[in-house]
Amino acid sequence: MQALTNRVKVVERKPMSLWERLYIPAILKGMAITFSHIFKKKPTINYPEKKRPFSPVFRGLQILNRDEEGRENCTACGLCAVACPAEAITMEAAERAPGEEHLYREEKYAAKYEINMLRCIFCGLCEEACPKDAIYLSETFTPADYQRKQFIYNKTDLLIPHPQEDPEAYKKALGNRAKNQTVN
Amino acid sequence: MAEEVKKETPAAFKVTIDNITIDVAPGTTILNAARSIGGDVAPPAMCYYSKLEGSGGKCRTCLVEVAAGSTADPRPMPKLVASCRTTVMDGMIVKNITSEKVTDARNGVVEFLLINHPLDCPICDQAGECHLQDLGYEHGKEGTRYQFARRTFKREDIGPYIQLHMTRCILCYRCTYVADQITNKRVHGIVDRGDHAAISTYISRAVDNDFSGNMIDVCPVGALTDRTFRFKNRVWFTKPVDAHRDCENPECCGKATLWLRGEEVFRVTARKDQWGEVQSFDGKPGWICNTCRFDKKETKDWTIEGQTLVARHSVIGANKYKKLEMPAETIKEVMNGRDPKLMMNIHNVSEVNNPNIQLSEIEGPAHSEDFNRSAEHVAGEGESTQWGMKK
Repeated sequence: MQALTNRVKVVERKPMSLWERLYIPAILKGMAITFSHIFKKKPTINYPEKKRPFSPVFRGLQILNRDEEGRENCTACGLCAVACPAEAITMEAAERAPGEEHLYREEKYAAKYEINMLRCIFCGLCEEACPKDAIYLSETFTPADYQRKQFIYNKTDLLIPHPQEDPEAYKKALGNRAKNQTVN
Repeated sequence: MAEEVKKETPAAFKVTIDNITIDVAPGTTILNAARSIGGDVAPPAMCYYSKLEGSGGKCRTCLVEVAAGSTADPRPMPKLVASCRTTVMDGMIVKNITSEKVTDARNGVVEFLLINHPLDCPICDQAGECHLQDLGYEHGKEGTRYQFARRTFKREDIGPYIQLHMTRCILCYRCTYVADQITNKRVHGIVDRGDHAAISTYISRAVDNDFSGNMIDVCPVGALTDRTFRFKNRVWFTKPVDAHRDCENPECCGKATLWLRGEEVFRVTARKDQWGEVQSFDGKPGWICNTCRFDKKETKDWTIEGQTLVARHSVIGANKYKKLEMPAETIKEVMNGRDPKLMMNIHNVSEVNNPNIQLSEIEGPAHSEDFNRSAEHVAGEGESTQWGMKK
């Protein structure tokens, strides 16, 4: 039969020679390769003691952002949900009542906001669509869990810590890539 | 003295718009002639409304270039003309999208319209069906050159159903024509002049006429919005269906578009045609009364005819599937008659679209207490066993 490519390697099926039948040389050759690795640099990283740095374009778990005063940026405009190719985002809006000005940035806010992490494909289109810098993909990934229902992330799971009450956690959650100013 | 030959007016005028020649009746405006061609040739209009007499001539977005006035006088018109107010002449040659001058002028007009517009589209309920949004998308610049303080107004409730955001208004006067021509008692209009001009009611008198809701439909921007729909949902997450009912009001056409979310009717509007205007039925504009618009918010009040056709480019059509054919379920057959075990029912876990919170039944916009109250309510309820699932 004519070979389709020139990379075809015909398998030889002739009987083994005496040297091959001895096995010992082949074993020694294999062990030499094994032991040589002891002196080479170890590529394994001992997770979770040591962590690999993420790539600068890594897209991880979503975070709902707050402004410097700790007010939620999200106005439930629905652009993230309509941009989402996996249809993972759902929300319900409410009007800001008098006395809630310190909680929400604008007169409308997301009373309910959910991301179904089982559906999310971390494409980052929600971040791109957001006109208020309210959602962005952070530098951590979604933690594993035993139950599916834990993957329906609501606002308590997604909101960034308060920048004035817990500035350290806020900074950590913000990461290095977050834009420094919020867009009005 | 040379005898002037007075020709009779021909029955139809030949007019060429963007190299397309059509015959229209004398007295037709350029805009309507262009609309009869359709497509991109029709200039955009923010203030002209074919169903409202006297409308037009205010926003200047429909400017076109007249390259030849008529066969008798083929000189071009010196300036761009508002096509909604200029009638055609026989042999007129009009340039709309083929003219660079027009595009340039239109970009300028959009920039002017946006000078005082707040660009709060993420909050505005009109977003998604806003004509200014479409216009800005096609002709607008990304930034603004305006550096002064924008004029701002306080939000105002005119009547129990309509909310006025004067900051968003572009002063097209359409709603005042509605008040003049459709309702029998006009209680609102434009007060003050120039930069201070504002739509208002006479000393905050409520607009309570039976057809006042139609000014929401004619408003090209989000200045007049439905208070019963305020912040309930984004228009593109609601599903528009055509429906009708026998309205007791003889003036009301009873044909409307319902904007549904599941079984809930979030909003009722008049049916719109391809130009964003109220559709005509039997030659009469299909205005609907306030009872149909604001009070009949249950599907059982209406006879649903089917899904409304949404323009392809519109965001309202996003994630809506006109024809969804579900494949036949074969798992049960394969598993010897055993039902598949569902790992999770999203309705048991999700707090959004909670069946105990009927947003359509709340009169105005929802507030935090609406959601908190029902959260307690839900906690006391038993688990849903619709899918035979345990939480």
